Amino acid sequence: MSDTKNILIVGVGGQGTLLASKLLGKCFLEQGYDVKVSEVHGMSQRGGSVVTYVRYGKEVFSPVIDKGEADIIISFEQLEAARWLPYLKKGGLLITNTQKLNPMPVIMGTAEYPERVIDKIKEKGVRVIAVDALDLALQAGSVKATNVVLLGVAAKELGLGEKIWLDIIEKTVPPKTVELNKEAFVKGYNAIS
Amino acid sequence: MEKVLLLGNEAVARGLYEAGVTVVSAYPGTPSTEITESACKYDEIYTEWAPNEKVAFEVAFGASMAGARAFCAMKHVGLNVAADPLYTASYIGVNGGMVCAVADDPGMHSSQNEQDSRRHAIASKVPMLEVSDSAECLDFTKKAFDLSEEFDTPVLLRLTTRISHSRSPVALSERLNFEKKPYRKDVMKNVMMPAMARGAHVKVEERLKKLTEWADTTAFDLGINKKIMFDRKIGVIAAGSCYVYAREALGENASYLKLGIVNPLPVKAIQAFASEVETLYVIEELDDIIETHCIKLGLKVIGKEKFSFLGEFNQGIVRKAVLGEEKESVSLDIPIPPRPPVLCAGCPHRGLFYALKKFKLYVSGDIGCYTLGAQAPLSMMDSCVCMGASVSGLHGFNVASGKEQAKKSVAVIGDSTFIHSGITGLIDIAYNKGISTVIVLDNSITGMTGHQNNPANGLTIKGDPTVAVDLEALARAVGIRRVRVVDPFDIEGVRKVVAEELEAEEASLIISRRPCALLKNVKHEPAMYVDRDVCTGCKACLQVGCPAIMQIKSDAGKSKAYIDPNQCVGCGVCAASCRFGAIRKGGN
Repeated sequence: MSDTKNILIVGVGGQGTLLASKLLGKCFLEQGYDVKVSEVHGMSQRGGSVVTYVRYGKEVFSPVIDKGEADIIISFEQLEAARWLPYLKKGGLLITNTQKLNPMPVIMGTAEYPERVIDKIKEKGVRVIAVDALDLALQAGSVKATNVVLLGVAAKELGLGEKIWLDIIEKTVPPKTVELNKEAFVKGYNAIS
Repeated sequence: MEKVLLLGNEAVARGLYEAGVTVVSAYPGTPSTEITESACKYDEIYTEWAPNEKVAFEVAFGASMAGARAFCAMKHVGLNVAADPLYTASYIGVNGGMVCAVADDPGMHSSQNEQDSRRHAIASKVPMLEVSDSAECLDFTKKAFDLSEEFDTPVLLRLTTRISHSRSPVALSERLNFEKKPYRKDVMKNVMMPAMARGAHVKVEERLKKLTEWADTTAFDLGINKKIMFDRKIGVIAAGSCYVYAREALGENASYLKLGIVNPLPVKAIQAFASEVETLYVIEELDDIIETHCIKLGLKVIGKEKFSFLGEFNQGIVRKAVLGEEKESVSLDIPIPPRPPVLCAGCPHRGLFYALKKFKLYVSGDIGCYTLGAQAPLSMMDSCVCMGASVSGLHGFNVASGKEQAKKSVAVIGDSTFIHSGITGLIDIAYNKGISTVIVLDNSITGMTGHQNNPANGLTIKGDPTVAVDLEALARAVGIRRVRVVDPFDIEGVRKVVAEELEAEEASLIISRRPCALLKNVKHEPAMYVDRDVCTGCKACLQVGCPAIMQIKSDAGKSKAYIDPNQCVGCGVCAASCRFGAIRKGGN
């Protein structure tokens, strides 16, 4: 019923999902959209499954995204992509990092990490872009920039051009990390040609 | 005017700045913490971390009495702690305006219960405003101070997790130059003894009536309450996050009475709205407060018959309940293992819990990161109630169970929580000749809420050096003669001290001291590694419950331990778990 676009960012606490959502929010605000970004703070930060919602459009009311509503899911980890898949809208896009992080039940041997997660999602007819963002971040200089690599991949899909994002990064991240983050962004932006 | 994206909590802080507030006191509590952290960035505002919410409320109230505009913030359960001053502050009223923000946590993202703070507003008879986005966080904060001064009452500002932790656009204004009001001694107003309180209560009841009129009239003029008419087949009464969920789900297919003041509730406006729509819904998370009010007014409403008392709502829940519609979605038909939060790699709490595990103890737990030690594989907690309850609860458990049980039990409590309200329990133990063993997990920070300084770590909210509570001296001063300090990474050392203190037939305090692994000034050791030739694959190291240790299949197909060098910070606790000596310290 509305023109609002929904981006869901999911991952594991500590992977830097908040910075990615902050950059997205700032960018859409500068483009003149109404924006809402819902974050998770507190307990679930400690290695738990985390989700951040970014919504933009003419007038955005709810800060959250429900099942079947996300235009794009950006997942920082394979298992989290599977967990949050029901939030994707019919015909939506899943961008996922190929990294795997074992949750505690898997470490303890009480549960199995599912195999071929990305293939199984594709078999459901979902459009998937999978990238090894960890490796690209390492190439850019630090695993900590994995979040910005994934943002770069998403930015290409959002079609606003590279420059807007690089400006936002420059204005947002700590000065010492500007070059690293810009490089990571470009690697993500050019990951899929 | 330029708009900026602010968290709801940051926008409340901006509202404090613009309202000319000069005094802010708080105890950290998710989801309210960032209000005070953001307020601290304005040099014009004196900001402090208080030892608990009761103190924070009283500091703000004292500042208001002195004539300043003052503020305190807390999470919902914090308001229980501050309830004592709140209820009588309601009788006294204010000099400079006073606002207390309380952040509820429907869905319990980071809380031990999901109580509805509106109950405190009703019971203490003070007005409560509720916000639905960051712009309102700023705007209502400022208006709350005007309301406070106009009606001579503290005002509660209710947020919920979603509003506190969502960013949305906010337009900024200049700071009001609020002139501190003069203080005048007024015993009848400010000293609550029975004779004065009887008179004050009369005023409180009159105030509530006037506030109801205000909610019906001025609140609409000020944009705090809003009537938004579209299609009249469905009418929705809602406040805060529930309004935005309803608006998202129903759009212009419904009309809305959006309430910005949730105590007292308007009467005439609700009656009028009810008469203008065909089917009337009340959508509210947690308790049925607006619905009960409507029923009292004799109105027919649909509320909790369609909407749960439990958890957090969203637009999907509203869509399904009102329209019976659901969005299509895809899911994988495979089991997806849960990913609960865990103690971080290198967390000092892990060492302490792992060392304790051997003793098969009753562990009286408390609120903080260490509550995560309750989960497998550490499974080191028997109870967790509220801030400070570990210490007093253990004393009660041991009084009821006798001396031998006391030798098989401990309380665990963080440094900040101990200062908050654990110390009173320790005084109870010492004074009443208890023999319990209390362990303070001193990691030099308030961890779970995201690293706030506290009275025990020697730094103010701004990071400036100050006096630090000397925990050892404090314990001795209240009458605890056995005070020990251990390093939680020294597993054998911890076990030796714990064994001695459990055996002692008098109360002891053990301080398990090591800073949080996430603190910037904490130097990490090189990652540990597993000698896969020595590892037998026995899985004993998995009992440490560290996210950096896992089992990986070797080429020969046998599962053996592996330590992820990206996550490991070299604390070495896992090495103590390996009787084959397969876990080694790494080099640079």
